[in-house]
Amino acid sequence: MVGKNKGAGHLSFTRKKVDFTERVLFRVNNPSITRKGLPVKPIIEGRGLRKEFGTLKAVDGITFSVMPGEVFGFLGPNGAGKTTTMKMIECVAPATSGILTVFGLDVNRDPRRIKRWLGVVPQETNLDPDFTTLENLLVYARYFGIPAAEARQRSEELLSFVQLSEKRDVPIEKLSGGMKRRLILARALVNSPRLLVLDEPTIGLDPQARHLMWEKLKTLQAAGNTIVLTTHYLEEAERLCNRLVIMDHGKILVEGAPGDLVRQYAGEDVIEADYTPRVVRCLEEIGARFEVHGDMVQVFSDRPKEVATRLLSDCNPGRVFVRRGSLEDVFLSLTGRALRD
Amino acid sequence: MHIMIPRPTWYAWKVWRRNWDVFFKTYRVNFLPPFVEPVLYLLAIGYGLGIFVGEIEGIPYVHYIAPALLAISMMNSSFFECTYSSFVRMYYQKTFDAMISTPLSIEDVIAGELLWGATRSLIYATAMLVVLVAFGVVSLPSSLLVIPFSFLAGLLFSGIAMCFTAITPGIDTLNYPAFLFITPMFLFSGTFFPLSVLPEALQVFAIGVLPLAQVVTVTRSLTLATPLPFFFYSLAWIASCATVFFFLSIYLMKKRLVV
Repeated sequence: MVGKNKGAGHLSFTRKKVDFTERVLFRVNNPSITRKGLPVKPIIEGRGLRKEFGTLKAVDGITFSVMPGEVFGFLGPNGAGKTTTMKMIECVAPATSGILTVFGLDVNRDPRRIKRWLGVVPQETNLDPDFTTLENLLVYARYFGIPAAEARQRSEELLSFVQLSEKRDVPIEKLSGGMKRRLILARALVNSPRLLVLDEPTIGLDPQARHLMWEKLKTLQAAGNTIVLTTHYLEEAERLCNRLVIMDHGKILVEGAPGDLVRQYAGEDVIEADYTPRVVRCLEEIGARFEVHGDMVQVFSDRPKEVATRLLSDCNPGRVFVRRGSLEDVFLSLTGRALRD
Repeated sequence: MHIMIPRPTWYAWKVWRRNWDVFFKTYRVNFLPPFVEPVLYLLAIGYGLGIFVGEIEGIPYVHYIAPALLAISMMNSSFFECTYSSFVRMYYQKTFDAMISTPLSIEDVIAGELLWGATRSLIYATAMLVVLVAFGVVSLPSSLLVIPFSFLAGLLFSGIAMCFTAITPGIDTLNYPAFLFITPMFLFSGTFFPLSVLPEALQVFAIGVLPLAQVVTVTRSLTLATPLPFFFYSLAWIASCATVFFFLSIYLMKKRLVV
């Protein structure tokens, strides 16, 4: 554990020291910047952003902004338009219409300047199989025009940050899935980016590898980095994101902090009980909002105790659980509704 | 319609450098063909077949085919680099995707690939030239001009190849240009027998449009130290087509990859 922390601390200091201190001071002096963001300019700003492939509207007029130092999530089922949005931010897919700026620069006019300060973790593993672990970082650093000596030092530091120093001379094909994802993260950091864009950073990873990735992302956030990510894993979004949007069919359905969204759309607590006619009758009598999922009913209520007690005493519910509301409840209730339209 | 002329930048050399590094990581395998091939061809065709052929247009048969071997090598090394190898990097390895997430643009990436294809032609032609000089079948010092020329010829075939790569649906369909374009050209471009023995229509066709025929004419003029008819025409043909295909292939690749 000590080793990990040491590596992480080292990393944040090899970033420009002044930069780092500045950012921390800035956050201390402006505690509200990540909330409403009035005093600072957003790092990313999209307005009426659209992307069409023929008749398919992959992204259908979204408006959002990402503030400095924030971890911002794009959630949504497959085909919601998350990856397309990431590709537009990465300046590799031109928007059909709308405005998109990164660092205040237009993605169509200044892609090279934007990409200089961007760290990208793509959904598909695209490490260079013709090189070893270390060489992948060195070759990538050269694309950014980083001098060789600096690239080597930085690459070694990053390998230790993602715990791959022992694999430095191993060909890519010999790495496990989790190692490859970590190496991609290291590769995305090789140019000391001001913004990290991660498209499903933990896809296909086992729980150990996923937790390690989360830990690294938390470290990066603590060092003041701005991070944008997409994910299918709602637990991941809940843990990492300061703010997020849930997308479906190319549109943004909701935006907010995970906790606020849970309170607003799922309630603090969720009661689950067996789905029987008697339970349903009881709930209708109380006037509680509920949804049926398979053989269970989910009750959203701000009076969970009352509802649970009533169910237990009068309705012979079989099983009753009371649990905290989660982002998954929000997600399913929102995207579920959209599918029924 | 307004067609944007692609504008690659010096960043292309970073892509070139990547391919150079990979090439020299496995240099033992890569240097086998340019040293082994000419020896085999010279022995089998030059000396073996040459006994029956004797001389062509007053030139010993081995001397006649030596420049053709160089020209074929320029064609193969650059054409196959920018078809199958580029396709693998683009489609299977996603190397281009990784590159364009950095300050490199897609124009830079494709230009780098083309420059590398041309460089490969230069490396192979140079290595082969060493063997041919050792066999004493090419004239010096004019043959040394083959080295810079091989870069230009390589750029031509790289550009043509990259156009096929830009429009091919998959790697298998790259077999069409390989068998229907490269193989016939290999045989009917004045390589192993003079064009003059062909029907007149075919002669006109070869001299008019076959890239390898032009490259053979220029290379043979250099190794024999005598400008053949069509020398300047061929040189101009190669230079202008290399330019056209350089930009056309970048344009087509951009159309394929930026969606």
